[in-house]
Amino acid sequence: MHELGIVFYIIRDVKKAAEENGVEKVSAVVMNIGEVSTVIPDYLGDCWRWAADKEPLLKGCQLKILPVPAVSYCGDCGKEFGTVAHGKTCPHCGSVNTWLLRGNEVEIKEIEVPAD
Amino acid sequence: MDEVKVIEIKKSVFADNQQDADALRKELKTKGVFLLNLMSSPGSGKTTTLIRTLNLLKDKVRVAVMEADIDSDVDAVKIRRATGIPSIQLHTGGMCHLDAEMTRQGLDNLSLEETDLVILENVGNLVCPAEFDTGAVANAMILSVPEGDDKPLKYPLMFSVCDLVLINKTDVLPYFDFNPDKCREYIRMRNPKARVIPICARTGEGVEAFADWLLEQIHLWKH
Ligand SMILES: Nc1nc2c(ncn2[C@@H]2O[C@H](COP(=O)(O)OP(=O)(O)OP(=O)(O)O)[C@@H](O)[C@H]2O)c(=O)[nH]1
Ligand SMILES: [Mg+2]
Ligand SMILES: [Zn+2]
Repeated sequence: MHELGIVFYIIRDVKKAAEENGVEKVSAVVMNIGEVSTVIPDYLGDCWRWAADKEPLLKGCQLKILPVPAVSYCGDCGKEFGTVAHGKTCPHCGSVNTWLLRGNEVEIKEIEVPAD
Repeated sequence: MDEVKVIEIKKSVFADNQQDADALRKELKTKGVFLLNLMSSPGSGKTTTLIRTLNLLKDKVRVAVMEADIDSDVDAVKIRRATGIPSIQLHTGGMCHLDAEMTRQGLDNLSLEETDLVILENVGNLVCPAEFDTGAVANAMILSVPEGDDKPLKYPLMFSVCDLVLINKTDVLPYFDFNPDKCREYIRMRNPKARVIPICARTGEGVEAFADWLLEQIHLWKH
């Protein structure tokens, strides 16, 4: 359900970008999806197919998903670690004074349009 | 393979909503309206808590309620019957959250000039509503005892966006292994600034503290 809302946002943004660039057909939308973004790529793909095919601009348009691994930074020892494996606690020093560096992205990276 | 041209976009899909939300907050500031976004899992006691709270607040401030539901108006009717307060239903059309645009559309149906406080009961869900800024001035959530004290660990985003966490259904504490101190500690890990108030919407215990918190926030917002 969450994914459907995001798909509507993607469609709105892609339509806008297409208009700004004078594009009439988009063949692929490339997304950066963070590992801890809560977006499930499979669901996103299903919602995309259903919603995108209703739009002439996006009929048959592919959704390409590039996963972004989640990485956290420790404010106490200055080291980085994998968020999914270690959560909030730094595996190097045990501190919980840590924050996410990347892995939260739900981002349109680029769109591909048929070359003329 | 056909030749394609790549157009770089590099934009978060939440960016536009964030702009809409910021614009809405600005407008609410000008109008002196405090909008509270209340979130929780289904059934944790949002509507029951609201009824209690509204009855405490309704002689002190001018309140309105917006009930977001995927597809029913049960809660809006309940609130109107139990408190006499204007309450409208927002249908999310199958979506699991409200965004700033939907919130604005809801607000357009209220007379904001004659309102100090609008409470939005968001869709029951601990994941999606946390992702979308509604334009509310403050976020609050209810965690009820039967859900377990580990929820701040499992739904960190929700807890990190909330200014206030109400721990509801304290009357059933004897029947669950819910540890209030542990829960506070987990909430603090996610969000050191969040205020935590234990309540029991069934008996009304603690609800006054919530009402006072709201009155204070409204005062700060208007001045
Ligand atoms: N024991 C107990 N039950 C409560 C308390 N507060 C609410 N309930 C019950 O919990 C159930 C759900 O309460 P609601 O207020 O409808 O919860 P809600 O969060 O609005 O639910 P949705 O809108 O469906 O997400 C009802 O049966 C309430 O009577 C409480 O403090 N103690
Ligand atoms: Mg309800
Ligand atoms: Zn460390």
